[in-house]
Amino acid sequence: MKIADRVQQIPPSGIRKFFEIAEEMDDVISLGVGEPDFTAPWAAREAAIDSLKAGKTSYTANRGMRELREEIAKRVASQYDLAYDPDDEILVTAGASEGLDVAFRALVDPGDVVAIAQPSYISYVPGVTFAGGKPLSVPTREEDDFKLTTEILDAHGVADADMLVLCYPNNPTGAIMTEAEMAEVAKFVREHDLTVLADEIYADLTYGDEHTSIATFEGLRERTVVFNGFSKAYAMTGLRLGYAMAPPEVIAAMNRVHQYTMLSAPTTAQYAALEALQSCDNEVIEMRKQYNRRRQFVLSRFEEMGIDCFEAKGAFYVFPKCPWDDTDAFAEALLQEQGVALVPGHVFGESGDGHLRVSYAAGLNELREAMARIEAFLG
Amino acid sequence: MSTRDELLALLLENARYSTEDLARQTGADAEAVAAAIEELEASGLIRGYQAVVDWDRADQERIRALVELNVTLDRETGYDDIAGRLVKFPPVKSLRLVSGDYDFALEVEGDSLREVSKFISEKVAPVPEITQTVTHYIMETYKDRGLEMGDGHDDGRLSFSP
Repeated sequence: MKIADRVQQIPPSGIRKFFEIAEEMDDVISLGVGEPDFTAPWAAREAAIDSLKAGKTSYTANRGMRELREEIAKRVASQYDLAYDPDDEILVTAGASEGLDVAFRALVDPGDVVAIAQPSYISYVPGVTFAGGKPLSVPTREEDDFKLTTEILDAHGVADADMLVLCYPNNPTGAIMTEAEMAEVAKFVREHDLTVLADEIYADLTYGDEHTSIATFEGLRERTVVFNGFSKAYAMTGLRLGYAMAPPEVIAAMNRVHQYTMLSAPTTAQYAALEALQSCDNEVIEMRKQYNRRRQFVLSRFEEMGIDCFEAKGAFYVFPKCPWDDTDAFAEALLQEQGVALVPGHVFGESGDGHLRVSYAAGLNELREAMARIEAFLG
Repeated sequence: MSTRDELLALLLENARYSTEDLARQTGADAEAVAAAIEELEASGLIRGYQAVVDWDRADQERIRALVELNVTLDRETGYDDIAGRLVKFPPVKSLRLVSGDYDFALEVEGDSLREVSKFISEKVAPVPEITQTVTHYIMETYKDRGLEMGDGHDDGRLSFSP
């Protein structure tokens, strides 16, 4: 059968090769995982179970259950100073990933240039490509702690782009942007009349500085789509639930794509999410505390080993420099000889090359053992 | 959160963390951590360190009972006097003054049902101020000091994900 060109031009994920090696091995400690090691809070799981028992197995409204949208609106207002109307400015999606895909399809015309701050989550480039847009890589640098600066935006021609995609706190680097730093990006975006897709899925996971949404700056709300969800902060990855927030005409357009493809986000997951927002704050706080301890543990261990690693302050990743020139060879040898799985940074864009993504969403015993193995591997 | 509070939280989670690992997790240096723990111990805030044991998995039998105690006080005898007497007995594992239908909640542990019963009837019940004892033998422990006694949770995650 013929495979469409736009699909053929997207290479398979760079993680695949490592995944296949790991599959054949026992005793692998994986720090290659982009999801929490915690389980979703019990109250949320119980709400999902109860909803199934009560027979809540039909579609919901295309945009998601009204009650859930209201809770989301309340939450983002109190936590991130974002005001969105639950009626027409919030769309509940099957993970933030679906939200992003829907946004690309709703907002990108063929030939539109979509600037993507990198290193970044691996779905942005394919998402833009599937929608017919032209991805433009905007590489951030380690000397800036992988933050996006106006100098970088200028140097890579983002002024002439149509859209900018950014993700802070960042996967894979763990970088965050302070309010002042984000203000500069906001100014640039306004001056050059760009649309912004802000993937804020890790917004709850910062250590030290609190998250600032780019949509909170003057003139940004009307040109920004904000994405968030329950996967990371609430450890609900498999439930696939996220949401997008934007002005009414944008949500209406996104909903048009969403209603003809997804119809509505999984109903069971929506009940779990509703409960998560209503009663699981303490679990989120506790998980964040645990991540912060692990973050400091891993950073300390890399420092002891003499591995150069900038101080990541968000998400659950650190992004050390690879001790070898060939990042792929290092990751493969480490996996085969010591059974420790890490992801080479170039998987997240060329600017990530020379680095390794280390997820600290693992128990302290695993982290301790993994670090000991890395130390042994380095000799 | 101060380093002291953070250390306390970590030790409550796992008292066997090494000083080095405590230092790495809090971003403090190992000497400061050792000094802070010494201070926590010296001040009596940390009373000790114990394992949480799932006795259902052990070969030896372990009998535990929760005992509700009602007492009458008089001018010479207060709660502290009665408590001071009861805590001296080694089988008493915990003793708390509580609100509600009874006064003290007492936890007793022994090697056999007979030993525990004998202790309650011969050492606890005869205390003159104690007017009533209601003994609940523990039949099954599902969770103790925050730890579930089940089989735990397998990490079902893939080894790599973006």
